[in-house]
Amino acid sequence: MLALRFSLPQAVARPTRMVERNTMVYRHSFMVIFSGFFEPLFYLFSMGFGVGALVGSVALTDGRSVPYAVFVAPALLASSAMNGAIYETSNNFFYKLKYAKLYDAVISTPMSLGDVARGEILWALLRGSLYVVGFLAVIAVLGLGGLGLISSPLGILAFPAAMVVGFGFAGAGMAATTFVRKWQDFDFLQLAIMPMFLFSGTFYPITAYPPALQVFVECTPLYRGVHLIRALTTGTPDVWIAADVIYLIAMGLIGLWIVGKRLHRLLLA
Amino acid sequence: MVIGPPGPPGTACAGPFSGNTVPAAHRRYHRGVSETISPVDSAIHARGLTKRFGAFTAVDGVDFDVAPGEAFGFLGPNGAGKTSTMRMIGTVSPVTAGTLTVFGLDPAHNGPRIRSRVGVVPQADTLDNELSVLENLLIYGRYFGLSWAESRRRAVELLDFVQLTERSGDQVEPLSGGMKRRLVIARALINDPEMLLLDEPTTGLDPQARHLLWDRLYRLKQRGVTLCLTTHYMDEAEQLCDRLVVMDKAKIVAEGSPRQLIEQYVTREVLELRFNRDEGDDGAADDTSQLDGQLDGLAERFEQLPDRLLVYTADGDATAAAAFERGLRPASVLVRRSTLEDVFLRLTGRSLIE
Repeated sequence: MLALRFSLPQAVARPTRMVERNTMVYRHSFMVIFSGFFEPLFYLFSMGFGVGALVGSVALTDGRSVPYAVFVAPALLASSAMNGAIYETSNNFFYKLKYAKLYDAVISTPMSLGDVARGEILWALLRGSLYVVGFLAVIAVLGLGGLGLISSPLGILAFPAAMVVGFGFAGAGMAATTFVRKWQDFDFLQLAIMPMFLFSGTFYPITAYPPALQVFVECTPLYRGVHLIRALTTGTPDVWIAADVIYLIAMGLIGLWIVGKRLHRLLLA
Repeated sequence: MVIGPPGPPGTACAGPFSGNTVPAAHRRYHRGVSETISPVDSAIHARGLTKRFGAFTAVDGVDFDVAPGEAFGFLGPNGAGKTSTMRMIGTVSPVTAGTLTVFGLDPAHNGPRIRSRVGVVPQADTLDNELSVLENLLIYGRYFGLSWAESRRRAVELLDFVQLTERSGDQVEPLSGGMKRRLVIARALINDPEMLLLDEPTTGLDPQARHLLWDRLYRLKQRGVTLCLTTHYMDEAEQLCDRLVVMDKAKIVAEGSPRQLIEQYVTREVLELRFNRDEGDDGAADDTSQLDGQLDGLAERFEQLPDRLLVYTADGDATAAAAFERGLRPASVLVRRSTLEDVFLRLTGRSLIE
């Protein structure tokens, strides 16, 4: 017990117990973690460099032209952060909540539902950060090889920006999962994720759309994430990046608030 | 952060019976020890404790006290309100109305403090199937804020206590029911709790596993751990409980030690008479109305069950002899000591396990 006095206050330390628990589980099967690492890389090579060779260059918002891969890479980073957060907060969280009854056991300890929710979000973020770091490492290596995909010193902020994207989607994903009743319901989640991935200015500028549709796309969370990270890696920041950050953090916080309410209903009957 | 606390603010313990005034209607079963225990001295103190789920009342204004170090039982059939009561004590279910304190603390506001001093053995095994036997205990210790070293020290000790040391590296899933139960009990002890809440600890276990569990629970009691358990096995209640309440349909219908309850509600012995269905004309012999006349005055009370007739009497052998003298010819005769099952039958007219 002595060691406790020198550690974090319990309110901060308790959520990290969920991270410890999940780390313990993944020690048994750590290869699973890597599955999410390759997906954005495959897209980068097929779309960025493959299709990119046909496309040539793309005009940025400030009028500069950059190779297609430079345009696509930040969008894939944002998508990767989104996917990492969604993986963990959809199927995995649902399994623990409904089938493993994990949290029923956890809340018989001093851990509260808030600790559980915050801990699982933290875990989703940490897991997502592995993908982001992996992706950024590949970009860095390509940069050393003369294929510079980050054209601005602001690119250093791509990592925290990806974490903000991860937080937004982790909160929203977890909130959505508390309403899921059966595995098939996750198809609806894919129905939201897939079009966002394809149409949120990921692979081409949204100026391709009619104005009304542009406004609609600009309101989707992945577009905000793509806009934020692309502005940083290409050095084209505008005032809208503040809106991106506020939007995504608000989405995460509102999600977390809903999760608290829902878990209360589901577990404390 | 905007996550809600485990109890809904302001709703729990705001019922009509909060505070110290206990309406007369709720004092019925508080003869003897209970009234002298104040909430602060009690491990658990409940007055008019009520749990409702929508229109359904699961627990209907029950009163009871559990003294520190006592082994206290809730005996009753499924659906009597035992689990709901246990969940309220464990602070994972908000109190709808009435007063409940655990170690003198209000569950609505002191959930984490109460839980840190309690060990919970839920009805369904909620073990972490993604972790090994040892890891289940390790991480549970961490949930309680123990250091890794302390958690490991206790985990190893507890695995020995529940005789699972040789399984410590195994996955949880393939363990037998009895082993899982023992692991859940070890898990419930990781925080060195002052009180154990056990919800039907031996349901579904074979006799050997039950006796091993009872032995471990008995040892814990010897160490001064308060035991609060639910069961629908009268032998379990008689083995483990110093005192118990009988619950039926959300209410407490009797309270006392197993011996007291038997003395108060039934006779010392029970004579069980079975009549063959094909004897006499069309099995009419096992119809009580046929027997009534012959049994009059033979014993204090009778209970007709589908397969046998229970005769409550101080001296089973003498009553059996008297029955034979009157010309009754049962297919089998059994004289036994009264049990809590008989108490329950007397109080509700139904068997405990249906």
